[in-house]
Amino acid sequence: MKSGRLWSWIIFALGAAYFLLPLLATFEFSLRIRREGYTFDAYTSVFSDGRFQASFSYSLIVGICAIVVGLLIVVPAAYYVRLRAPHLRPIIEFITLLPLIIPAIILVFGYIRMYNTSSPLPLLGTNLGTDILLTLAYVALALPYMYRAVDTGLRTIDVQTLTEAANILGANQATIIAQVIFPNIIVAVLSGAFLTLAIVIGEFTIASLLNRQVFGVYMQNIGANRAFEPAALAVISFVITWGAMGMIQLLARFAPKTARRD
Amino acid sequence: MATEFLRQEFLRIEKLVKTFGGNQVVKGVDLAFDKGEFVSLLGPSGCGKTTILRMIAGFERPDSGRILVEGKDISGLAPNQRKIGMVFQAYALFPNMNVADNIGFGLKIAGMPKPQREARVEEMLKLIGLSGYGKRYPFELSGGQQQRVALARALAPSPRMLLLDEPLSALDAKIRVSLREQIRQIQRELGITTVFVTHDQEEALSISDRIVVLNTGNVEQFGQPFEIYNRPQTRFVATFVGTLNTLNATVADAGQKTVTLGGTTVTIPALPASARNGEAVALTMRPEAVSLANGAARDIVLDGKVAEVSFLGSVIRLKVDLGDNAVNLDTFNDPRTPPPEHGAPVRVGIASSDVLVLDK
Ligand SMILES: Nc1ncnc2c1ncn2[C@@H]1O[C@H](COP(=O)(O)OP(=O)(O)OP(=O)(O)O)[C@@H](O)[C@H]1O
Ligand SMILES: [Mg+2]
Repeated sequence: MKSGRLWSWIIFALGAAYFLLPLLATFEFSLRIRREGYTFDAYTSVFSDGRFQASFSYSLIVGICAIVVGLLIVVPAAYYVRLRAPHLRPIIEFITLLPLIIPAIILVFGYIRMYNTSSPLPLLGTNLGTDILLTLAYVALALPYMYRAVDTGLRTIDVQTLTEAANILGANQATIIAQVIFPNIIVAVLSGAFLTLAIVIGEFTIASLLNRQVFGVYMQNIGANRAFEPAALAVISFVITWGAMGMIQLLARFAPKTARRD
Repeated sequence: MATEFLRQEFLRIEKLVKTFGGNQVVKGVDLAFDKGEFVSLLGPSGCGKTTILRMIAGFERPDSGRILVEGKDISGLAPNQRKIGMVFQAYALFPNMNVADNIGFGLKIAGMPKPQREARVEEMLKLIGLSGYGKRYPFELSGGQQQRVALARALAPSPRMLLLDEPLSALDAKIRVSLREQIRQIQRELGITTVFVTHDQEEALSISDRIVVLNTGNVEQFGQPFEIYNRPQTRFVATFVGTLNTLNATVADAGQKTVTLGGTTVTIPALPASARNGEAVALTMRPEAVSLANGAARDIVLDGKVAEVSFLGSVIRLKVDLGDNAVNLDTFNDPRTPPPEHGAPVRVGIASSDVLVLDK
C-alpha cells in the first residue's frame, strides 16, 4: 500500500520533470538576453514588435472565424447524427478524423490546385479569398477536436426528449438548436473552441504556403533570425494555450446550472 | 349517462397501423375520444402505447390510417403545428432554463409579449402549487416538482389536447398517488382532453373517464373503469386488470346453463350457448365476488380450508383451498374480529350472476 503510493509519486515526478524541465529551461534562457543578469527584455522586445501584434491579432481573428464557422457546421451535424441518423455515426467519425490522417501539406496543395487564379473559383486571387480559404482550412484542421467535443457534450443531455419537448411546444429545428441544445452543451462547445484556438495560434504549414502572416509564421521567422526572442515567444504561446485550457476548466465550474442532481 | 347528449367527439383514430422494421406494433387501431375526456391507454410493456401517443403528437408517422382532431386530419402537421401539450416520463425540463423560463418557453415561441407571459407563468405556478419557485433551476427540484413544472409547461400555451406518457413511473409510490390526483383535478378544472399512458392498472382505474386496454398492438376493450373491471370482454382484459379467480367446472346441461362444480350443480347465467354437455369450462370471478358464506344471497356455496392470509390494511385477502380448485377472496378488516387462521375450515359463497365465462 505505502510503497504503491511512493511509486505513483515517483512516476508522477518523472512525468512532470519530462514536461516541465524543457519549459523551465526555455523560460530561464529567455531571461538571459542581457549579460548582466535576468531581465524580461526579450519579452519587451517581442511585445513591442509591430509584426508580433499584427500576426497575433490576425491569427486570433482567423481563429475566431474558424470557431464560428466550425460550430455552425459541427453543432447541427453532430446533433442531426445523434437524433436522426445514428447509423451514420461511424462514417461521420471517420470523416472528422481525416484531417489527422492527411498531412496539412496535402490539404494546402489541394487548395492551391483547386482555387488558383486560373481555376473556376479563384479564391487565391484576392486577399479576402485567401483569408477565407485559410479560415476554412483551419475549420478542417479543428474538425476532429470540435466534433468530439460537441458530441461528448450531446452525450450528457437527452437530445431526443429535449428536442421533442421543445418541438411539441412549437419550436422549429433552428430554435431548438439555438435555445435548447446549444446552451446545454456550451461547456463542451467552449472546450472545442479553445482547442481550435490553440491549434490555429500555433499553425505554420498551411499559412506559410498560402503566404499569410500568421503568428506561427512570425514565430518561425524570429526563430530563424534571433536567439532569445524565440524562447520568449515559446513561453508566451505556452501561456496562451494553458490560459485557454484554464478557461475551459473555469467555465465548466461556472456552469452548474445544467448540472444534474444525481 | 345523464351527460350523454353533451358528448362531443374530439379525437378520432382510424385504422392506425405502425410497423418498426417488419414488426407491426400498432395493428389497425380505431378509437374515438370525447372533448374534455380523460382516457388512459393501458397495457403491458411493448404493447404500443407510446407508439400511439407519439403518432398523435406527430413524432412518428403512421404507415396507414388517420388521426382526426375535431374532424380535421392532422397527419400533415408537424409536431410544432399541432397545438398539443405533452408530458414525458423523464420530465425533459430544459436544464439551462429556470422554472419560469421553462413554463414560459411555449409562450415565448408563440410570440406572447413579456408582461402577459409573466402573468401566465405566475398563473401556471399557482395552478401546480409551486408559486415562488420560478427562479429555481430544474436540478434544484424533486422529481415530483419537476414533473409538475413539466405539466405547467405543457399547459401554459393552452393546448387543445394533453398527452402524458407514463408521467408518474419515475416517482415513488406516495408522490405517484398524490400527483395523479393533482393531474386529474387540474385536467377537470381546465376541461382539456387528455390521453394518459400507463402500464399500472390501478392508476388507470382510479383516474380515467375511460380506459383503452391494449395488447400487442390491438385494442382489447375500450370502456369506463367500472365496465373494464367488472365486465372484461376478453380473457386478456380480465387477467391484466385486477386479480381473477378461475374455477374449473364441467358443463352439466348446456340448455339449462348448469355446471357441476365441487360435487354440486349450479346455474351459471353467463354460460355461452356454444357450451356442450360434459365439456370442461373455466368459471372466473373477481376476489370481491367471493365472500365467506355466513349469510344468504350467494347461490354457490363451497367448503374449503384457509391456505393463505394476506393482511392488506383495510382489506384482508384470503386464499381458500377447495380441493381441486382454489379461490382468492377479500374481506374487510374488522378491528374487533381477528382474521381466520391458516388451515381453518371455511365456507365460501359466490353469486352466480358475478361469474364470467371467458373463452380461452
Ligand atoms: N423507434 C423504434 N424503432 C424500432 N422499434 C421500436 C421503436 N419504438 C418502439 N419500438 C418497438 O415497438 C414496440 C412497442 O413499443 P412502445 O414503446 O409503443 O411500447 P409501450 O407500450 O409504450 O411499452 P412500455 O410500457 O415499455 O413503454 C416495442 O416492441 C418496441 O421495441
Ligand atoms: Mg412506453
